[in-house]
This record gives sequence, structure tokens and C-alpha cells, in this order.
Amino acid sequence: MPRSSFRADRRTDWLAVGILVVLSLCALAPFAWMVLASFKPLQEAEGSGFLPKHWQPENYAKVFTQIPFARYFMNSAFVALWVTFLTCLTSAMAAYAFARVRWPGRDGVFKLYLATMMVPGVVTMIPNYAIVVKLHLLDSFTGLIVPASFSAFGTFLLRQFMLTIPPALDEAAKMDGAGHWKVFLDVVMPLAKPGLATLAIFTFLGTYGSFYWPLILLKSPHMRTVPIGILFFDSNYGRQTNLLMAAAVMAIIPPVVLYLFGQRLLVKGIQIGAVKG
Amino acid sequence: MKRRRDLWPALGFLAPNLAGFLVFTAGPVAFSLFASLTNWNLKHTVPLRPVGLRNYAEALADPAFRLDFVNTLYFMLAAPLAIAGALWVAILLNRRLRGIALFRALLYLPSFTSGVAIMILWKQLYNPDFGAVNVAIRHVSDWLHLGWQTPSWLSSTKSLGGLKVEEVGFEAKQFGLGAREALMGMGIWGAIGGNNMLLYLAALTGVPDELTEAAQLDGAGRWSCFRFVTWPHLAPTTFFIVVMSVIGGLQGGFEQARVMTGGGPAGTTSTLAYYIYNLAFEQFRMGYASAVAWVLFAFVLVATLANWRFGNRAAIEL
Repeated sequence: MPRSSFRADRRTDWLAVGILVVLSLCALAPFAWMVLASFKPLQEAEGSGFLPKHWQPENYAKVFTQIPFARYFMNSAFVALWVTFLTCLTSAMAAYAFARVRWPGRDGVFKLYLATMMVPGVVTMIPNYAIVVKLHLLDSFTGLIVPASFSAFGTFLLRQFMLTIPPALDEAAKMDGAGHWKVFLDVVMPLAKPGLATLAIFTFLGTYGSFYWPLILLKSPHMRTVPIGILFFDSNYGRQTNLLMAAAVMAIIPPVVLYLFGQRLLVKGIQIGAVKG
Repeated sequence: MKRRRDLWPALGFLAPNLAGFLVFTAGPVAFSLFASLTNWNLKHTVPLRPVGLRNYAEALADPAFRLDFVNTLYFMLAAPLAIAGALWVAILLNRRLRGIALFRALLYLPSFTSGVAIMILWKQLYNPDFGAVNVAIRHVSDWLHLGWQTPSWLSSTKSLGGLKVEEVGFEAKQFGLGAREALMGMGIWGAIGGNNMLLYLAALTGVPDELTEAAQLDGAGRWSCFRFVTWPHLAPTTFFIVVMSVIGGLQGGFEQARVMTGGGPAGTTSTLAYYIYNLAFEQFRMGYASAVAWVLFAFVLVATLANWRFGNRAAIEL
């Protein structure tokens, strides 16, 4: 699509770039403040200067001596990886049933799936908590992982991807005597890879940042995930603005890294997720 | 053509997800409706019995419920600003310039990293003494000799709506910047370059250049070009974003309240979602909490249906 080359365009482009620079600075300023505060001695972090007078990188090491922060990261990674794996698996299988197989009642069940995406989390949270208590899974990673591993959104997202794969491929495979499993694993899954990658990033990030469910489920300090760990670091350890900021900087590193690698997939996923109408 | 012999394999593929869906979503929805009609309490000091609609009656008469509902609605007033901002940024970014992807990435960062860590950061930024927000205000004020008073943000009960404290109503004395505006400001900062912006950006690339060019050749100015060509094209996107914002807004405010304010000061930042959390997981009044959750669900449903009607009409008019 060639863009129009009106004379006004160049001037407005410069204006737009100017505004974008200002907006980007506004977006970044809090991060800059956070990073700089994380290198300051406490007194400076709670002063009004912007740059540190004494750089104190040992703040980062200190976080690890005060709280088991490495352990929190391991917990978060463990939970997020499992949830991501299980969500991708269950969603892909369900999406296959919705997108590639014709069966009576399919569209009705799919609509029911979509409808429940509207149910507020707080409605299902209380019964889910009761289920987990009944199964003696309170304060366990299983209790954290299993209820989070069935995603209506994921099913929807992968269904949209799978609908774009030509049906002729399935037919051809079936002519060669392939069963549903073989078609699923050898034909559909390889072609649905971009969809799976998108869902994986979304799920990983969502689980890594999830707050409500771990907050009510976890009791032991050593079970805490990163967000819960930071929450209690803030509320239980007195005022240590500089260390708190060091912990916050470290907590956002995984999402930032994932963003750098998965930006295109994420943008695509957000746009597909919105077409459900 | 539906094939009955495909039913069993299909159900086999569906089974894991369907089982999880029934156990953790569909079942709980039904169960929670049932629970809302009981006095279910996890403390076991009261024997479980049905109470009919009493929980609902209690909720509607509960002053805390009303205040939290008002707070929830007040917080939702930030949504139009956030949406307009997202559209503005999308329009700015919708041009083929070198480095535009960098701007998009930078502006997306706040929404992408959102969560507890960023809320803890903002708690510091809003510190009345050393927080960057007030430091910046003081610099501007000193520089221009304005003598501004800095707001005490998260510890202030004031609001731009002049909302009364612990009572539904307005009071001139309460007019100002306070905890509510602090949370709304943070929300707008996090949302403006976020998912809504990306949706608008995608929709903008779908507006045919010929149309805007034709309009410009016909002598349409920038504003009328936007108003009569671009904006109608964006209607479905705007509709989707508004619906999602209303639904999200009604359920929102929990994390901010839990991480940053504890719902305070004096309950000014407590929302319905935070109220339900307190009822269920601090006081363990599961039955009553379920009833409040269902009232919230009802609001969400009404909002969705109203949005649908309004949205369809608006789309036809344009």
C-alpha cells in the first residue's frame, strides 16, 4: 500500500515524532526511576535526586539475602512452564475437535465455551477454592497448576488458527489411512505452530504475573511465586525502597526478555483474540 | 455434513479440556449460584443452611457494597480517557517512518510489564515526600513560581468528583486529587500504549488510503477526514474495546487495592472485586461473597447486553 505524498505529510510526521518522543519518555520515566532507585543507598532512594550519588549495586545481592528470591523465581518458572505446557496441550486437542472434526452438537458446545469467557473470575474463584481445599491441594503447586490449565481463550485462539489450515491436507492424510491422532500430530500441529507459540507466550506471561489465585492458595513462605514474594517483601520487611526497587527490576526482566523475542507473535495474538465479536 | 462416527474421536480430543471446563468453570458457576442462597462460611462456627435471597437483600442494603459500587463506577471514568489516548497513539504510530516500531515497543512496555512489581513501583512514585510524581510537580511549581500544594495521593480521600467519604454523595471539601486519581493515572499510563492501541493500529491499517485521499481532494480538513472516514471504519473496534473495558472495569481494582492501598484510605479505593475478596478470603463468608459476586455478574451481563444494543445501533447509524 503506497502512502499518499501530500505536502502536509512531512510536516505532520515531524510533529508526530515529537509527540511520540514525549510520550515514550513518559512511558519510560517510571522505569528509569525504578532502575536508578535500585542502585541508590536507602537515604538517597528516599531523597529527591534523580541520579544516584553513590552507586550501590550490592542492593541486588542484598535482596537475595533478605528473601529467598531465587526460590520465588524457581517456583514461578516451575508453575508457569507446567501451566503453559498443559494449556497448550488441552487447548490444541479441544481446538482440533472444534475446528477439524464435524460432529453433532459441536457448534452448541463451542458457543457455551465462548459464553463462559464472560463469567467474572470472582464467580468461579470461590467454588474453585473450595474444590482445592476439599482435595487437600491448598498450599501446593498442583493446586496452583491444574485449575489454571484449561483455557477457553486458548481453545478459541487455536481454533481460529486451525480453521485457516486447508481441509484438503487432512483429507489427503486420511486417504493414506491416517487416524485422527496422526492427522492431529503430523498435519495440524506443525501448521498450528505460530498459534501455539502465541498461546504459549500469553499463558506463560499470564501465569508468571498471576496474583489472585496464588495469593489465596499459598500459605508457606517457601512456596511463594515472584508477585506474592514481592508483595510480602513490601509489607513485611519495613521500608527499604532501594531493595524493593531492585526486586521489582528483577521481577520484570522475564516479561521484558519474552517481549523482545515474541513481540510479533504477541501482537498477532491480541489481534486474533479481538475478532471473536 | 456432520458425521456421527466422528463424535467419539471428537469427544476424545475434547475430553481433557472439557473435563477441566466442567470442573473448574461450568460446575463452579452453578455451584456458586447455589452457594449464594446459603449462609456457607468456611469457619464452620455456623451450621450450613439455606437462607433464600437474604444474602442478596443484605448486599443491596449494605453501605459498604454501595460505596464500593460507586468507587468501581468512578474508576471506570478513566476508561474513556484511556481509550481516546490509545486511539491517539495509534494514529500517531500509523505512519511509515523509520524507527516507528521502536516507539511502538517503548509505548507498549508499561502495559506489558503490568503487575505487582509495577504497582509497587507506583506506590513509591506516589510517595508524597520523595515520590517522583510530587518531586516533578514541585520542580514545575518552583520553576514557574506557582506555589502549588502537592497532593498526598494514595493517602488522600479527596477526588476530582468530590465524593464524600464513607457515604454516597458529594462534598465540596473532598474536591481535589487523591488516591482514586492516583490509581486512575497509573491505569491510564499502563493502558495508553497497550492492547487497545494495538487493536486500533490494526484497524487503522484497514482504512483504505484511497478513501482518505479522496476526502482530502474534496477539501475535507484533518478533523472531518477523521470524523467521517476513519472513525466510522473504526466503529467495530471501538465497540469491542468499549465492551471489554466496561466488563473489565466492573471486575477491576482488586490488585491495586490489595497491593497499593488496602482499599483505603477510608475505603476510597475499594472496589466490588476487592470487597468480594475480603468477604470470601479474609472473612470466609463464602455464601455472602458468592451473592455479591453474582450481583457483579448481573452488572456484567446487563452491560454486555446494553452495549450490544447500543453498539449495533451505532454501527447502523454510521
